Amino acid sequence: MEHIRMPKVENVRLLDRLSSRKAAVGTLYLTATHVIFVENGSETRKETWVLHSQISSIEKQATTATGCPLLIRCKNFQVIQLVIPQERDCHDVYISLIRLARPVKYEELYCFSFNPKLDKEEREKGWKLVDLNEEYNRMGIPNNYWQISDVNRDYGVCDSYPTEVYVPKSATAHIIVGSSKFRSRRRFPALSYYCKDNNASICRSSQPLSGFSARCLEDEQMLQAIRKANPGSDFIYVVDTRPKLNAMANRAAGKGYENEDNYSNIKFQFIGIENIHVMRNSLQKMLEVCEMKAPSMSDFLWGLENSGWLKHIKAIMDAGIFIAKVLIEKDWVSFGHKFNHRYGNLDGDPKEISPVIDQFIECVWQLMEQFPCAFEFNERFLIHIQHHIYSCQFGNFLCNSQKERRELKIQERTYSLWAHLWKNRADYLNPLYRPDHSQTRGTLHPQMAPCNFLYKFWSGMYNRFEKGLHPRQSVTDYLMAVKEETQQLEEELAVLGERLANLQKLQLNGNTVSKQQDRSKELVLSAFNNSLANTPQEYSNDLKSFPSRSPSQGDEEDSALILTQDNLKSSDPDLSANSDQESGVEDLSCRSPSGGGCLPSEDSGKDSDEAVCLAV
Amino acid sequence: MEFSELIKTATVESVLLSCAGQPAVKGTLCITSHHLLLSSCPGGDGQPSAVELWLLIRNVDAVEKRVQNVGWYQPPRSSGSPRDTRLAGSSGTITLRCKDLKVLQLEIPGMEECLNIASSIEALSSVDSVMMMYPFFHRPQSLRLEEGWPLLPVEQYFQQIATQTTQWRLSDVNQDFATCPTYPPAVIVPAAVSEETLRRAARFRQGGRFPVLSYYHARNGTVMLRSGQPLTGPNRKRCPEDEMLLGSVLDEGERGFIIDTRSAQMAKQARMTGGGTEPKSSYPQWKRLHRPLERGRPLQESFIKLVEACNDASLGMDRWLGRLESCRWLSHVKAALSTACLAAQCLDREESSVLVHGAEGTDTTLLVTALAQVILEPGCRTLKGFQGLLEREWIQAGHPFHLRCARSAYSHARLKQEAPLFLLFLDCVWQLSRQFPFSLEFSEGLLLTLFDNAYASDYGTFLCNNEKERCLCKVKESTHSLWAWLDQPEERKKYLNPLYSPNPLVIWPSVEPQSIQLWQGFFFRWIRSSQYLDEAWAEIWRLVESSNTPVKESTENRLSRSLSDPTTRMENER
Repeated sequence: MEHIRMPKVENVRLLDRLSSRKAAVGTLYLTATHVIFVENGSETRKETWVLHSQISSIEKQATTATGCPLLIRCKNFQVIQLVIPQERDCHDVYISLIRLARPVKYEELYCFSFNPKLDKEEREKGWKLVDLNEEYNRMGIPNNYWQISDVNRDYGVCDSYPTEVYVPKSATAHIIVGSSKFRSRRRFPALSYYCKDNNASICRSSQPLSGFSARCLEDEQMLQAIRKANPGSDFIYVVDTRPKLNAMANRAAGKGYENEDNYSNIKFQFIGIENIHVMRNSLQKMLEVCEMKAPSMSDFLWGLENSGWLKHIKAIMDAGIFIAKVLIEKDWVSFGHKFNHRYGNLDGDPKEISPVIDQFIECVWQLMEQFPCAFEFNERFLIHIQHHIYSCQFGNFLCNSQKERRELKIQERTYSLWAHLWKNRADYLNPLYRPDHSQTRGTLHPQMAPCNFLYKFWSGMYNRFEKGLHPRQSVTDYLMAVKEETQQLEEELAVLGERLANLQKLQLNGNTVSKQQDRSKELVLSAFNNSLANTPQEYSNDLKSFPSRSPSQGDEEDSALILTQDNLKSSDPDLSANSDQESGVEDLSCRSPSGGGCLPSEDSGKDSDEAVCLAV
Repeated sequence: MEFSELIKTATVESVLLSCAGQPAVKGTLCITSHHLLLSSCPGGDGQPSAVELWLLIRNVDAVEKRVQNVGWYQPPRSSGSPRDTRLAGSSGTITLRCKDLKVLQLEIPGMEECLNIASSIEALSSVDSVMMMYPFFHRPQSLRLEEGWPLLPVEQYFQQIATQTTQWRLSDVNQDFATCPTYPPAVIVPAAVSEETLRRAARFRQGGRFPVLSYYHARNGTVMLRSGQPLTGPNRKRCPEDEMLLGSVLDEGERGFIIDTRSAQMAKQARMTGGGTEPKSSYPQWKRLHRPLERGRPLQESFIKLVEACNDASLGMDRWLGRLESCRWLSHVKAALSTACLAAQCLDREESSVLVHGAEGTDTTLLVTALAQVILEPGCRTLKGFQGLLEREWIQAGHPFHLRCARSAYSHARLKQEAPLFLLFLDCVWQLSRQFPFSLEFSEGLLLTLFDNAYASDYGTFLCNNEKERCLCKVKESTHSLWAWLDQPEERKKYLNPLYSPNPLVIWPSVEPQSIQLWQGFFFRWIRSSQYLDEAWAEIWRLVESSNTPVKESTENRLSRSLSDPTTRMENER
C-alpha cells in the first residue's frame, strides 16, 4: 500500500490500438494488486483489470497537448495505452507502478493474498491433482530397470531437483553423486519420460564440466547404466540442444559437451536451439511487429521473419517435443526450470528472463493446429496457463525449484492453478477430442520436411487482446454447445422412453409427451440463435474528410450488444481486459444451448477481489 | 480439325504413374480426345481393372518431358540388332503440371511413345476453340441438357428488388449486344433514364459499359453501381447523358462515392489513351476514392511466384516468410478485402451510393462489387445465393474467363491475358469464411471446385468471355450447367458447411495482416496431406449431425411409433 502514490486518477483516456476513434474515457485506480480502468458512461462501466505481476514494462512517453501518454506492456501480451491529463499524476502512477510491478519479496505476490474461498481440504486436494509419482506409475515405473532414488533427500545432491528422482537401477548412489559433481549445477542425468512399449527413455541433465579434456568415471558409468536400462538398444543418443558453436565456447569456461571417445556407445547430436538471450530478443522483436500501427502485409511478414520467432519454434519442434500429452507439471515445474528468474516475477536480473515456457506452449498450439482431434484441451487452456504463469495468482509457477517451494510453504499458503482449471474444465475441452479417435492413439507424427513452413503466427496469443483481429465466431464453443445439447437430448430421450413405457403401463394420455417434445425443439433453436455483429474497422481515412453520418451512431446492432457484453465482462480474463465492445461479440456467438447457463468462468482474479478495489 | 490427328499414340502399356503423397501405380495409359486415363490391373486375370487416373486434358497447364536412353547400358555384343535394343531399353518421364496445381509423373517405356504422348497432351490441352472443348461433349446421365441453366439471373434479381423500390427498371437496350458487347441482354438502370440516354452514355464509357446497378442495399435504399472508365481523354471530354445517368441515382443534396480501382496517378495517365476519370466539376455530387488494386500481369506473376514458393522444398522456416512476402499475394488479398469493405462501409454506414470502376470494368471492378455483396448481403452467403452472385457479378457481368483462366501458375507459355482475379475473389471469400465460420452456407470445398471448373471443366458455366460469345457458341443449348450438377442432393452435401447458421448481419472482416492467412487448403492442396484436418472436419460433421438429425428424429420416430402402437392408440381413442 505504501507504494501507491496516486490511488485514483480521473479523466484518463484508454486508447484502442486498432482504431484511433475508439478511445474510452474513464477513471484509473491503483490497488494493492491491480491496475483498474473503469470507463465512464452509466450503462456499461466497462472495466479493464490488470494484475501488477502481469506488467512487464511501463513507458512514459512525451507529453502532448491532450495529456501524458503511459504505455503498459504486459507479459500476457496485452498492451495498454493510457493518456493521463496531468503530467504530475502520470509521473506518480508511473513511479507507483514501477514499484508495484516488481515486488521484492515472494510474500508480496498476489497468490499469497488471493483467496478463492475454498476450505483447507479443497485447497489440499487441488495440490494433489497432479502427482508426479502417479505420472511415473502411468508410464510403468518403477520397474525392473528404473527406480526411485532418495539420494537427493534434503536436496543434498542437487538443490534444483525434486527429492525423489528416477534413475536406472544399476546406478548406485556413488555413481549418482560422482556424476552430479561433473555436471553444471549438479544436475545429473535423471529420467524424464519412459515409453513402456519399447523401453526407450528420455533422460535429462545439465552440461558436463568437461572443459577441454576433463572426464569423470562415474558420469561415464551413469550413461552406461542408462543405456543398459534399455535392453533393446545398444547405444544412446546424447542430444545437445545448443548450437555447436555455443557448446564449444563453453569449453573454455570449463564446461562443454560429452566426448564421444570417453563414453562408450553414445551418439552425439547438436540441434541448435538458441539460448535464452537470443529467444528473448526474438520474442521482443515479434511483439514489436504485433504492436505496429496499421502495418502493411509486407511490414508484417518481414517483421515476423526478421524476428526469427517462427524459426526458433520450428527448431524446438524439430528437436522433438513430440510427446503429445507432456504434462507441464512434470516437465517444467518439478524439474527446476528457473521459474522466477525466467519469468521475472520478482525484481532481478533482466538478462535471466526468457520465454522458454511461452515457446513450449506455442509448440503445443502448433501441434494442435496440425492435429485438431488429438488434444483433449483447447486453445483457451493454453492461453490461460500462459496467463497464470505470470499472474502469480496461484502458487504453481513460483520459485525456482521444489526446494524453494517447500521452504516457502507454497502448498500451505497458496492455491493450485490445476484445481482452478479443473473446476472450469468445461471451458477448456476440445469438442473434437475423442479418446477412441485415431489421432489420440500413440505418438503424433508432425509433418516436418519439406513443408516446414506450416508454422503459423499465433494471433490468438500474441494479439489476444486485439479482439477485432480474431475470427468472429468460435467453432470450439459452438461445437461444445452442440455436443452438450446432443447429450441433453439423449438424456431427454432416455427420460421420454422411460416415461412412454410408464404411459403404456399406466394408460395415461399423451399430452405430457407432446409438451416435452416441444421443449427439445426449443433447445435446438436456441443453439442456432447466435446473433453476432461487429463494426467496420478503419478501412479508409478518406471518409473522414467527407462529412456525413458517423458510422456507428444509432446502430441497433451495436447497442443491443452492450447489454450482453455486460454479462461477460466479469467472467473472462480476455474480456475483462481491454476488450472491444463491438467486436468482442464473437464470444457471445454461442455459449450454451440453454442460453447463458454456463458462461465461461474465468479468473483474472477480479471476482474475488471486489473488496480491495472499493477499499482504496 | 480432328482430334485423332493430334493423337499419335493412343495407348501405352506399363506406364508408372506417381503423384506426391500417393503410392505409384503401374497400368495402361490411354489418350482420348479430352481425357488421359490410366487403368491398372490389380491382381490376376478376371479382376476388373481399376481406373487410377481420369484427367481432363484441358486441366494440363504444362508438360515437361525427359527421356533417358538406357540402351547405352546394354552389353554391345548382344545378339539382336543394337538399334532395337536401345529403343526397347529407352524410356521417358512426363511431368504433368495441372491448372488445379496437381503434379503428376508418368514413366513411359519407349522414347518414341513418350514423345508422342507428350506432344499429344500439349496439342490437346491448348485447343483454343471453345466449341471443341469437353463441355460440348460431356453428357452425364443424371442431367438433361438445357436444364439447370439459371433462368435470366439479372431479371430474377430485378424482381427481387422491384418489391422494395420503384427507382429502378429493367432495360433491354442491350438486347442484341449492340450497346455493350460484354453486358448481358438485360441490365438494371435508373427508372428515370431513357434508352437513348443509356446508348449515349455507353459511348462515353470504355467497352460501352455504362453505369448499371450491381446491388441494391435494402436496409437503406442505397445502391452499388459498376461501369467502365469514362472516356474523358486528354481534352477532358464530357457527356451530359452520362452525367445525367449518374445524377439521377442521387437525390438533391445526397452524395455518392466513386471507388476507382486504380491509383490517382494511373487514372490520370489513362487520359492519354482516351480513358480517364470523372472530374469533380462535372459530377459535383460524387466523391472519388482511389484504391489501387493489382490486376493483369503483375497479379498472374504473383500467383506464379507463390505457387513456386509453396513447391520449393529447399525453403526453410527462416526464409519462408520473406519469400511469402515477396510474392505479394497476401498483399493483394488484403487490398481486395479492404476495398470491398470500403464499398460496403459507404453503403451501410455512410448511407451513400457507390459507383465502382477501374479501366475496363471487367476485372477488379467485379472483384470489389461481388465481394462487397458477400459482406453485406446474407442472401449471398447461401449456396444458392452464392451461385446467383457468381452468375450475375462474374459470368453475366462479363468477366473474360476464357482469357483470364486460359493458363494457370505452371504454364511456360507466354502470358497473354491471364490473370487470377477469380482466384483472388475465392481467396477473399475463404478469408471471410475463416473469420466467420458460421456465416457461409458453403465450405472450402465449393471454393476449390469453383476454381477447378473456372480453369478446366466438364460444364459450360465458365466458358467464353461474355454472354454474347456464349450465345454465339450456343453454350446453353449444348453444354450442361455446373450449377445443375452441384445442386444434385448427393453433390450438394459435399459443399455444405456443417456449422452454418444464417447470420442476418453485415460481416465486417478484419483486414489487419495478422488476420490474413495463406489459403493452405488451396496452395498446399496437393503438396501435403490434409488427413488430420479432414478427420477433424469429419468429426465436426459427426457432431453436428448427431445433434441435428438422429437424436431428434429418433426421439420423434420412437414417439410416433409408440403412439401408433395399437395399445397406446387405443388408450388415446378412448
